[in-house]
Amino acid sequence: MERLIKERDNQIHTIGSSKHEVACEKKSLAGSVSQRACVFCGSRVVLYPIADALHLIHGPIGCAAYTWDIRGAMSSGPQLHRLSFSTDLREKDVVFGGEPKLKKALTELIEAYKPKAAFVYSTCIVGVIGDDVEAICREVSKEQGIDVIPVMAEGFKGTKKDGYKAACDALSTLVGTDNDYEAPEYSINILGDFNLAGELWILKDYYERIGVNIITCLTGDGRINEIRKAHKASLNVVQCSGSMMHLAKEMKEKYGIPFKKVSYFGIEDMSEALYEVATFFKNEEMLNKARTLVSNEIQELIPALEPYKKKLTGKKAAIYVGGAFKAISLVKALRLLGMETAVVGSQTGNQDDYNLLTKLCDKGTVIVDDSNPNELSEFVKEKGVDLFIGGVKERPIAYKLGLGFCDHNHERKEALAGYEGMLNFAKEVHASVCSPVWQFFNRPSSTNENE
Amino acid sequence: MDKLPRLKDIRPFVSTRNACKLCSPLGASIALKGIEGCVPVIHGSQGCATYIRRYMISHYKEPVDIASSNFSEETTIFGGAENLRVALGNVIGQYKPKAVGVATTCLSETIGEDVELMLNHIKGMTNDEEWPDLFTVSTPSYQGTHMDGFHATILQMVKNYAKDNIKNEKVNVLPNLVSPADIRHLKEIFTDCGLDAIILPDYSDTLDNGAWDKYYRVPKGGTPIKDLKLCGGAKATFEMGEFTKVSAGKNTSGNLSAAAWLEKEHGVAKYQSILPIGVKATDVLFNNIATISSEETPEKYQAQRARLLDSYADGHKYVFGKKAIVYGEEDLVLGICAFLDEIGVEVILAASGANNNLTERLKYHCPSNAETIKVMSDSDFEQINEQAHELKPDFIVGNSKGYYIARELEIPIIRVGFPIHDRLGGQRIKHLAYEGTQELFDRIVNSLIEYKQDNSPIGYKYI
Repeated sequence: MERLIKERDNQIHTIGSSKHEVACEKKSLAGSVSQRACVFCGSRVVLYPIADALHLIHGPIGCAAYTWDIRGAMSSGPQLHRLSFSTDLREKDVVFGGEPKLKKALTELIEAYKPKAAFVYSTCIVGVIGDDVEAICREVSKEQGIDVIPVMAEGFKGTKKDGYKAACDALSTLVGTDNDYEAPEYSINILGDFNLAGELWILKDYYERIGVNIITCLTGDGRINEIRKAHKASLNVVQCSGSMMHLAKEMKEKYGIPFKKVSYFGIEDMSEALYEVATFFKNEEMLNKARTLVSNEIQELIPALEPYKKKLTGKKAAIYVGGAFKAISLVKALRLLGMETAVVGSQTGNQDDYNLLTKLCDKGTVIVDDSNPNELSEFVKEKGVDLFIGGVKERPIAYKLGLGFCDHNHERKEALAGYEGMLNFAKEVHASVCSPVWQFFNRPSSTNENE
Repeated sequence: MDKLPRLKDIRPFVSTRNACKLCSPLGASIALKGIEGCVPVIHGSQGCATYIRRYMISHYKEPVDIASSNFSEETTIFGGAENLRVALGNVIGQYKPKAVGVATTCLSETIGEDVELMLNHIKGMTNDEEWPDLFTVSTPSYQGTHMDGFHATILQMVKNYAKDNIKNEKVNVLPNLVSPADIRHLKEIFTDCGLDAIILPDYSDTLDNGAWDKYYRVPKGGTPIKDLKLCGGAKATFEMGEFTKVSAGKNTSGNLSAAAWLEKEHGVAKYQSILPIGVKATDVLFNNIATISSEETPEKYQAQRARLLDSYADGHKYVFGKKAIVYGEEDLVLGICAFLDEIGVEVILAASGANNNLTERLKYHCPSNAETIKVMSDSDFEQINEQAHELKPDFIVGNSKGYYIARELEIPIIRVGFPIHDRLGGQRIKHLAYEGTQELFDRIVNSLIEYKQDNSPIGYKYI
């Protein structure tokens, strides 16, 4: 059996021994069992949290069924986003075209649910059978008097990352459509937070405490009419840069709004995010408030983290997540707990992200782009890690081998952002790594069977 | 929290709102995971494989490796032969599988891919005798549901491997989409009854493994391929479920189910029954087994049956006249409804996302309330939800996706079938035979008692 696929060699980098940079932003290799999904997935995850919009998936039933209530993206009001709507195309629609069904579906759903806008996602076969989704959207929009926005997300038209772009394109049709709104001084947009487990509300509280107003979050706890006002912000603060960078750049070009890349995971990055904004506004009072907030929070947090750190120091972790920017924060957050990252990778990282990871991590750390279960299981065995941080698809790899696991993906129920998130993170890592259940497992040793 | 609009009557929506079904390649993937050493490949976009993996992992809590031929724009225009070749090369190199099953998708079917032909070409290009068996199953997602993909795969495998009818001592068991725990229980039953069963598919280990001391790229277990080759000469086929005909996809073989095909092609006697849930349906199974084994039902199962009846006596009052809604795959719905009918529960709504005519079969198997049972085919969860608000059931029975309905109505949900995404142990829920029925009966009775106890002004210490 081949240990790993040779064609993927250049997407794997061991710090200190590999000569090449991490190759990335490539289409997944057929048969590699990539952990990525498709273009549709990328657009769906980004737009999903907009709670007062209708999300209609145009295609056969699978795409809608597998994304029903898929993210823990919380809404403080409407819950329309948690329903799964599909045109559920059948054979006769495939033969004769899906346009009539799409039009009927859109019309009936808008009349029944009265959304503030509708997103229509094109899936794989829509383009192939020749449906003019854009034309139907224009037609229904005119009839119903709401924005009906096509999201061109045919699964095969690129990677998950192209889906992010499709979502950003859809959002940018809304941004700038409310010009009556007067934004208060010091207004920002949060880009790339999805309010998983209510994380946005934690961040909002921090920003408000230092005197910053948030116009809208794209897209956590999102509302159509707030998105329309987004162009009135003085600054875009971009997290999960993989998904939202495209929109941030476009808003800079179109409206002259500068952006800053931040992360809210771990003490360092969270504090940096607040300072960056305060510094941007060149407001001494705001900066002082930020300093006070950070020092108060840290004073409370550091002693609270101490007992966990004691137990976790010297343990090793593997990280495999969607975006590499999050991975960078996680490496730092783990360090704060005394843990070392031995394997780190992402589905959609870019060259800058991977170069930064190469600088940040220790010699011997494996960095990997667009990995798969075989590689990940090999790496964690080879490095003898104690913890795996990932999503649903990585969880069984960890548990089968008797490793602790921390869910840092869509489905998490514990807020992991901000200072309280850091404490939750420590608790969760501790609860998994230090569980007595692992005593019964014959964990594979770090010497691997191929040696 | 804003309330969502509730439409008083079922409106004839053309859209599907919260689907009560999944797509065909998912069913194929589950079935393929039940073949020894088999790795599924989905011929379509990367997302199909990944979404299906994720959906299955959340239920089975196991690694579920399914490869994709990863269509690009060029593939869609020029065809997927080259992608499939690369995918197979990588899968074979990485997994050393005994078999690779290629399931098609809406995309590959729409552009008219002839996967059978492609596989023949690819096979022809290699002299390697170590190459795994390759086969394909046609699973266009715009036809039928995941159950069509599941049954089409079983039929394809039988057709692929059952080449002769040289008589042997085996019996074929086609258990339908049931849990790994159910499959283990069926194995135990057939062994105890002195029959050597080929269970197809058998994902009792592959989708419910123990802890590992090393990583298995292809998990152990599954229907042995050497056994599959004997299907045609078996003494009988036990097919569980009545909606097993393959009418979707390209390989329909005249609307036959796998058992019917084995009967027609190889003369293997077919014993078809509904899922053995409840006393009546399980009796049918054991009677059929006794016919083939020529032996009386073992004492162990007679005792299980007696204990189940004893518990029926202990618990009957708590369930009598209670109103239930049952939803899910047509055969699971049929099996559960028949069981509920025999214990005195009134099924007020039986719903399936599949477009099959359940009514007649339900009336036949639920004699106690044949007149009042309401049936919805080709339905979705929002229709079920709207009906539930009208009909006011005492509890609902089905997979975990109906939880939100139970939550809104503040009534118990009895989780059965697939998927169970919001609880641990969905793969270990037992539904079948006297033992599985016992577990279901206890859960239903206790849920109703718990509901009453929790809602009583004083609570109580004895039932």
